[in-house]
Amino acid sequence: MTETVADGRTLEEHAQRVRELIVDMCANPEGGHLGGSMSMVEILVTLYHSVLRLDPGEPEDPGRDLLVLSKGHGAIGLYAALAERGFFPEEELAAYGTPDGVLTAHPNPAVPGVEMPTGSLGHGLPLGVGFALDFRLSGSDRRCFVVLGDGELQEGSVWEAAMAAAAHRLDRLVAVVDRNGLQITGSTEDAVGLEPLADRWRAFGWTVLEVDGHDTEALRAALGGAPRVPGKPTVVLASTVKGKGLPYVEGQARSHYARLAGRQHKRALAVLRARSRRTETTA
Amino acid sequence: MSVTVAEPGSPDVRTGAAPPRPNRDVYRDVLAGLLPADERLVCLDSDTGLFSGVDWGTAADRYVNLGIAEQNLMGVAAGLAKSGRVPFVNTMSTFAATRAVEAVKLDIALNNLPVRIAATHSGLSAGHLGSTHHSLEDLAVMRMLPHMTVLVPADAAATEELVRACADIPGPVYLRLGRGATEDLPAGAEPLRVGRAQRLREGDDVTLVATGPYPVLAALAAAEELAAEGVEAAVLNMHTVKPLDTAALTAAARTTRAVVTVEEHWAAGGLGSAVAEVVAELGVGCPVLRVAVGDSFAAGTGGQRHLLERNGITAAAVADRARRAPARH
Repeated sequence: MTETVADGRTLEEHAQRVRELIVDMCANPEGGHLGGSMSMVEILVTLYHSVLRLDPGEPEDPGRDLLVLSKGHGAIGLYAALAERGFFPEEELAAYGTPDGVLTAHPNPAVPGVEMPTGSLGHGLPLGVGFALDFRLSGSDRRCFVVLGDGELQEGSVWEAAMAAAAHRLDRLVAVVDRNGLQITGSTEDAVGLEPLADRWRAFGWTVLEVDGHDTEALRAALGGAPRVPGKPTVVLASTVKGKGLPYVEGQARSHYARLAGRQHKRALAVLRARSRRTETTA
Repeated sequence: MSVTVAEPGSPDVRTGAAPPRPNRDVYRDVLAGLLPADERLVCLDSDTGLFSGVDWGTAADRYVNLGIAEQNLMGVAAGLAKSGRVPFVNTMSTFAATRAVEAVKLDIALNNLPVRIAATHSGLSAGHLGSTHHSLEDLAVMRMLPHMTVLVPADAAATEELVRACADIPGPVYLRLGRGATEDLPAGAEPLRVGRAQRLREGDDVTLVATGPYPVLAALAAAEELAAEGVEAAVLNMHTVKPLDTAALTAAARTTRAVVTVEEHWAAGGLGSAVAEVVAELGVGCPVLRVAVGDSFAAGTGGQRHLLERNGITAAAVADRARRAPARH
């Protein structure tokens, strides 16, 4: 059993609940981006419950740390994580995909805790550079975290921002890459390969940390404390599994978008809960 | 009032007066004065070279060169603006309106953030730099975007007025600037008000609506030419393309027999299109005739003045359109 956070629960317990909420949203008639939401659950949970300085009761608090979900197709993962952190009641997630609801399939800033509309890929890191520049001009000790998908790194604007962040020594900017290795058509390496990814970031002037993206303790160690190296932005390359938590889609590109109707929904929840019980037994 | 379209940048041979200044230089100097006085302001540059040698004084850390990376430029501006800053962003207009436009749309306009995009080399002002640097689409692109204010100063004095006017505009602003010097407009016009057409000449036969330095001068020269033939043309300097002064256009469409638009832009989507949209919906049967670059990549090569003439952005073309406008039934 790992360390508990402020509410007396473990990060794993929070992650478990977030996965269930994601599965529930995918049962909506519109379906949802299942695989990439599941792969980043521990990343978001660790950030929201253990790393980010924020108050869910004051989502606009000017002193808060920022999280920009650049891989905006993971919006249901973000909404679930925000609800679990207490930004709004989890019952409101039932409105995902309904007409006139605010829970769109890419992050909608009308949702408490969502900082920016994203999802057209390659926008998050430039925004983060802007936020981090403001922190420096203001003499603020705030931090900005930008969660990127690995397929998203094929967008050129990511590297424009990476260069700018290093050139301007923005050490309060932290990029987290959800390195699940898959994009819609299959492996990122078969599409337009990203390796050697750590070397690439290092060559762009960043401090690079590599962690197991489902290990909350490792994530806490990597994401906490800043600046990691004064004058340099940090990137955390988090190895993850697309569709994590549902063995029958884990590591498969087909988990990218799913509609879990009826029996599929029940089955997914049952599998998640069985896994959770097994984890408790072995802990 | 006599109007001639002189070669820019040369002293007045009769008076020896100082030559007109490029509006981008005016923008630079006004901004250099504004930045130290207002901590919210940030100048984001994309290696334009425009700010070489500028002494920012106490605001030096608020001038940030982000290099040759226009998409990032717009995203960074949005991040800063979301944080309460007011960024002035500098690039060439075709890069703002094409290469970086998704970032302008999603990061800036969608969030209704007070970013000021100062775009130089607009229209054909890049002249001999060629089609890659001509910007004949920016008015179309920028006026489509919700929340965006689109401003086009016609001379140096107007540039200063409009840069200062930006302070009071809550959302994003696109400021369309040229490259070289352009002739000053005749003195004595009323002050500029954002969203209100500047009436440069009265006339009750036709209305000439122009935006930008050469188009406005061409409209004034055409009005002179028409007056000699007994046709009285009103001239509106439409320095604000969005929000468009629909009241002025409505009055023009109801009281004069035709509206002729003039712009340094493709005919598709620019000022002429915007005016036509307004006038057509009035249903008063007033024709709108456009003087603009046709459906081509600015035929010919050469400098700005030459290209304007080769592409029919001339006083003669404006006068010709006005003459050919059908009589009102």
